[in-house]
Amino acid sequence: MNAKILPKANVSGFLGDLRNKGYEIWGPVEVDGAVDIMPLDGNASPVTEYWNSRVSPKAMVFPQSERMFVFSVDRSRPDAFILKEVEEPRIGRLAFAIRPCDARAFGILDKVFLVQGAWKDPYYARKRESMVVMALGCNSPCSTCFCHWTGGGPFSREGVDVMMTDLGGGFLLEPVTDKGKELLAGIDLSGASPSNVEEAKRLQDAATTAMEEPLDPSGIRKRPLLEMFGDSYWERAHEACIKCGTCTYLCPTCSCFDIQDEVRGPCGIRGRNWDTCMFPLTTLHASGHNPRPTGKERFRQRFMHKLRYFLDDFGTIMCVGCGRCVQFCPVNIDIREIIRELRG
Amino acid sequence: MERKNPYLPYPVRIDKITVETDDRSLKSFRLVFLKEEDEKAFRYTPGQFAELSLAGKGEIPIGIASSPTEKGHLLFTVNKAGVVTTALHEMSEGDVIGVRGPLGKGFPLDKFEGKNVVFIGGGFAFTTLRSTIQYMLHPENRARFGEITVIYGARRPGLLLYKETLREWQERNDISTHYTVDAGEEGWTGLVGFVPAVTEQVAPSSKDAYAIVCGPPIMIKFTMPVLTKLGFTPEQIIMSLENRMKCGIGICGKCNTGPKYVCKDGPVFTLAELNQIPAEY
Repeated sequence: MNAKILPKANVSGFLGDLRNKGYEIWGPVEVDGAVDIMPLDGNASPVTEYWNSRVSPKAMVFPQSERMFVFSVDRSRPDAFILKEVEEPRIGRLAFAIRPCDARAFGILDKVFLVQGAWKDPYYARKRESMVVMALGCNSPCSTCFCHWTGGGPFSREGVDVMMTDLGGGFLLEPVTDKGKELLAGIDLSGASPSNVEEAKRLQDAATTAMEEPLDPSGIRKRPLLEMFGDSYWERAHEACIKCGTCTYLCPTCSCFDIQDEVRGPCGIRGRNWDTCMFPLTTLHASGHNPRPTGKERFRQRFMHKLRYFLDDFGTIMCVGCGRCVQFCPVNIDIREIIRELRG
Repeated sequence: MERKNPYLPYPVRIDKITVETDDRSLKSFRLVFLKEEDEKAFRYTPGQFAELSLAGKGEIPIGIASSPTEKGHLLFTVNKAGVVTTALHEMSEGDVIGVRGPLGKGFPLDKFEGKNVVFIGGGFAFTTLRSTIQYMLHPENRARFGEITVIYGARRPGLLLYKETLREWQERNDISTHYTVDAGEEGWTGLVGFVPAVTEQVAPSSKDAYAIVCGPPIMIKFTMPVLTKLGFTPEQIIMSLENRMKCGIGICGKCNTGPKYVCKDGPVFTLAELNQIPAEY
């Protein structure tokens, strides 16, 4: 299928057609003066002029809180205290106009939830399998963006089913995968002209060249792991960090979770919630022993996991260079400086 | 081993509760599967663990203390420490809980074949050692392994686990047992002294041998130099780690230690493997 044109005025109609096809659509919406990726109901219109969303789209496949099982605590019932699976309808989820860095992040989450474990995570797999990604390339990357350090770029097609380029009056839609072709099939869109395609190419090249010279973080691998772990750098690097967890909350690849039971009246649920390596409770043993007792160890864990352990396990760092942690850190910790330092 | 939902526990009934220690802080729970097909699906090896699930309270990772040769039930010995273990200690025989597993990698039994194995345990870190010893002593298995030596200590006689089983082993001639306490008391006929010192006296040969060491950090710290002096290399020393865990299958990230996950890459590691990763456990 060739490229199509989606005029900006027709975005709502286009999404309406996809909703009619059965897709649940998530996209960038304005919330309290910021842009977050959220489910778009019929009336919401997505914002397509934004640098990057504050909250990443990871909740599409890994909700902040998710019910895993339900049970009854009513002792008179024969099934008391026996966990039952939660029925979840299989719906196609469409990520509309998310950034290419976030599209790549799903590839990293795939490694965690589908490859790393002894089993595949069924909750993640169910949502991810039926997901389609329309990524909006970045005509003007911002100063905190460093996707190109991590193997991506402002128009990276990794993890993307349909690539969108903002041409001013409309978007050029280029199907990248069969899933992308299937998504656009049967939707009334006019074909792109050669000059549209040429203009998109020009914007894509301009955005890519505008970015500063990248640094290759995989150079980190040169150093022995334990030497890097024991580096005196960590003593001072963590001092500014207040361990608030904002970075892990906003990160599109941070995926640690906790499992908790909750009971109200006779009904109970077992669910999972986003967790963060920044909090001491995450690793506290029942005995009182904590393998990461102070801020230094917790700070080190976040960066060692992302930049070294994950690299050793999967040959790629656990970071897509979206820059959220740089932008929103209350004490201006910059992961790029840490990469520079660790490379030696 | 494919399971539809690896987070779903098998329902089990508490068949028998044994108070193990005189301070009542440790109880053993004998569990029986409610469904026969679940029992068949739960195929484990000594050294593996499982998540015990109490609906409404949560889950806890506990080493399996029974041996796969002990059919019909699973045994878990639980220290009363946190929310779930406290609730479990208050439960009664007949109550229904859940078991999720088996999880992790057990002891390398294939490597033990034809070799002598020295078990060094302290306090309540003796659960999966019990499993392994019972497995090796089983008539179908005993001939595959060389000498079995057990050095097991606790602070007081009343804190030793599995007293009846310990006595049974003592009466056999195909296993050498050395039970010790930090401080003797009336009626105690075993050794008196710390585990590292007893290990030094027993002086097991490191030739064609493996040493499995499980105990409190202080015991491990002082036993290591003794083993090294006896000639045990880091490849011959095997340990079992504990870390806070949730998923138990290498996804949730809680037990991450360097590029390893204690739940799925362990809990059993050789000292040589542990020397390669940060000691965040």
